[in-house]
Amino acid sequence: MTNDKRQMTNNKQPMTNNTTVTINGLDVKVPEGATILEAAHIAGIYIPTLCYCPGLTSEGTCRICLVKIENKKRLHPACRTPVKDGMVVITDDPEIERLRRVTLELILSDHDFNCLLCPKSGTCRLQELVNRIGFDEQRLNRLNWVAKDLPIDTSNPFFDFNPNKCIQCGICVRTCREISGVDAIAMGYRGYDLKVSTFGDKSLKESVCVSCGECVERCPVGALVPKNIQYPTREVKTTCVYCGVGCGLYLGVRGNSIVRARGDCENPVNRGELCVRGRFGYGFVHSPDRLSSPLVRAYDPLERTAHGMDETGRPGKPLTAPLVKREGRFVEVNWEQAIKYVSSTLVHYKGDEFAAVSSAKCTNEENYLFQKFVRAVMQTNNIDHCARL
Amino acid sequence: MTNSVSEIRNASCFFVIGSNTTATHPVIGRQINAAVRGGAKLIVADPRETMLCRIADVWLRHQPGTDVALLNAMARVIIEEKLLDTSFIKERCDGFEAFEETVMAWDLSQAEEITGVPIKKISEAARMYASVSPATILYAMGITQHSHGTDNVKAVANLALLTGHIGKPSTGVNPLRGQNNVQGACDMGALPNVFTGYQKVEDPEIRKKFEEAWGCRLSSSPGLVLTEFFEAIHSGKVKALYLIGENPVLTEADTGFIEEAISRLELLVVQDVFLTETAQLADVVLPAASFAEKDGTFTNTERRVQRVRKAIEPVGNTRPDWMILCEIAQDMGAKGFDFESPEQIMEEIRTLTPIYGGITYERIDGVGLQWPCPDTKHPGTPYLYGERFTTPSGRGQITPISYSSPAEVTNHEYPLILTTRRSTFHYHGTLSRKVAGLNALRSEEQLEINPVDAAALEIEDGESVKVISRRGTVLAKTKISKITPPGVVSMTFHYAETRTNILTHAALDPVAKIPEFKVCAVKIEREIDYSTEYWGWGTGKD
Repeated sequence: MTNDKRQMTNNKQPMTNNTTVTINGLDVKVPEGATILEAAHIAGIYIPTLCYCPGLTSEGTCRICLVKIENKKRLHPACRTPVKDGMVVITDDPEIERLRRVTLELILSDHDFNCLLCPKSGTCRLQELVNRIGFDEQRLNRLNWVAKDLPIDTSNPFFDFNPNKCIQCGICVRTCREISGVDAIAMGYRGYDLKVSTFGDKSLKESVCVSCGECVERCPVGALVPKNIQYPTREVKTTCVYCGVGCGLYLGVRGNSIVRARGDCENPVNRGELCVRGRFGYGFVHSPDRLSSPLVRAYDPLERTAHGMDETGRPGKPLTAPLVKREGRFVEVNWEQAIKYVSSTLVHYKGDEFAAVSSAKCTNEENYLFQKFVRAVMQTNNIDHCARL
Repeated sequence: MTNSVSEIRNASCFFVIGSNTTATHPVIGRQINAAVRGGAKLIVADPRETMLCRIADVWLRHQPGTDVALLNAMARVIIEEKLLDTSFIKERCDGFEAFEETVMAWDLSQAEEITGVPIKKISEAARMYASVSPATILYAMGITQHSHGTDNVKAVANLALLTGHIGKPSTGVNPLRGQNNVQGACDMGALPNVFTGYQKVEDPEIRKKFEEAWGCRLSSSPGLVLTEFFEAIHSGKVKALYLIGENPVLTEADTGFIEEAISRLELLVVQDVFLTETAQLADVVLPAASFAEKDGTFTNTERRVQRVRKAIEPVGNTRPDWMILCEIAQDMGAKGFDFESPEQIMEEIRTLTPIYGGITYERIDGVGLQWPCPDTKHPGTPYLYGERFTTPSGRGQITPISYSSPAEVTNHEYPLILTTRRSTFHYHGTLSRKVAGLNALRSEEQLEINPVDAAALEIEDGESVKVISRRGTVLAKTKISKITPPGVVSMTFHYAETRTNILTHAALDPVAKIPEFKVCAVKIEREIDYSTEYWGWGTGKD
């Protein structure tokens, strides 16, 4: 593509709906270059799809979205056939229905059915299609309904890949290439053995996969599922805590714990995408290593009075007395004691004997408050943070 | 960043220098990737073969620390071949004549010698960057973390000014900020020389404004910067240190010195989510709530102020940082710390900070706002410098820069250059190392070393080796790969078990006071010295 052309596509004019197509007898005006599927969406007509995923190129591999176009012999996949002015399309008739059912039966014939135990149950696109299109049980039996028995790849710490549930739609492969730009996976082998594979058919962990989980997010069936999946009871919109990109995300909460993170599609920065840290890195919030109580290194003179004092290493014990330092040991105190200790000591270090380091992990409000505290209360400008590191 | 993240995909030419974007800022890295797949040009300048190098049109593999030589050479090609935007320079820039003089005195073959990049490639990159628009520069710590980091940044800015590639959509100079809210911490005045919104503490007018608002007297002399703190502590000038969410024992350069300094403190207060390596040395440790347990705002690399919302109750007996600070200040009898919510704090910030003037929780509820946003009607600023630059004259400064070598160069004893990097799976380490899955993906340090050096040292892949600099020694497992060029090794700094920053050099940039993390001289020894230890038969001696 030449540079001029590119610039033209960059400065997109608002698209005008200048192409008219007739879908199931309805006239629809759509922008030039739209696919039949997009036109149908505009017209509010449902066309079943499986390998189609918004934001990715369409490959038309699943053959579920086949439609009839007037004056054309063959059926065409709606997801990758562009509309032409005056095109007449039929999306449902008995012949299309029959074809879709056969196609679906072929997909089902080697799918591992244990929907009740499948974490994708309820949100599975294959289930949805079975309900929409249906299948003929006798014919399915004749198709030698045998589930594959391939090993499940559990090497990745965040998600599993179950090739027995995979329908070879290729969404994960396209995601890895087009969204993540990693190309860790591709379709390997031929015919019945066709499967999603890494280079050299190694486990995901050994491959170049960066574990971003974009494929997991897009997998229409239960082939790629997060480990220990738990559905949240509510979601909270917030901002990721790792890098400066500032991706918008939704934290899924169940009880008082975070069980899921997903990208915020409306956020202009990430438009729903996340990396491995953002999607799976929230675990530190519930780490057993989290500090749970203020700690003070108390000093020897107090030690004589220290009865009932608790030392760290035995978390959860309430602290009843002031604390005392023993070399290299901390003791837990309550908040009132800790605040009193800090404020009464800091009084002696006002001015340039004091220095403070704020945090690029804290919020704006906290940074503001801290510099105000250092400047107004501690009377020094010795405040900085890690911008240089 | 002068531009927005969402503008990246519309650029037609990228010049990525000193940034392993796909690992450190993956979501931005993906957008570059998508744009390049759509036909955009990509120039990468990096000693390491990052993921972006593989899809780049031109990859300039220069020696670590020679960025100025490379950028000046590119500027010379642009001037020589008349690829300048002369009308832009005339209308909006100063200092071109002086710059032209220094750059034309600079010989391209000299640049080739210093950087190790062939002249042909330098010219090709310069032509590509100057002639394709919109063109955008992305850089990160690979440019700044040098003893002449400020020079590097100016040299980058010069290229943009010469070609007029700034102040338009998808066109600009974009430093990718590291931590999630490092932009916000700077904006909020957590810096020794400025109040919020970069208002100078030396300015009496501004000081008066803050004194009136806060009801106290304020010091007019700028404070010390973080990298100077430890010098001051070591010499006894600073006696008390209060750290929030910071782990200098792991992240500062030359950590041996840092630890010694900390041991001389009379009082060390650490407020953190975890008992970090630094917190273990503290007198008082205050447990803070994490980002999921409090309300507030973060400002990202494109200056967008976005909401952080409380998802769960604080874990254990922790409290949000703002609450702890309010209580300490009030306990010390200070006025103006009786906030009940972060929203109230933002209201105060807004009144004192012109660039945040129009930022209210109500307005940023959906997708946030990009500062400068002076009033509540302002829609925010997607890209900077469209009309004028933030210099007193409003004109861009083209600054003549001359190349100086890194503070520490290799010699016979320390023949290799160590450059630090970040892994895809960890950030600085305090948080990500506590996530079991991320740890499983990359659980230990990997010293990247070129097969040529590995063969010379008779090192095998995965072998544990001693990495020795003038300041200390750490042990690390090797990973033999062509990612680093011969003569250069690379390590991350995420692991408390392998404290890479024991090795790094604390030479500071004179202006920005940033340490030279990206270049230090090291040598590598096998952990077991087979030449002195007797391993059964066959040593060939006696």
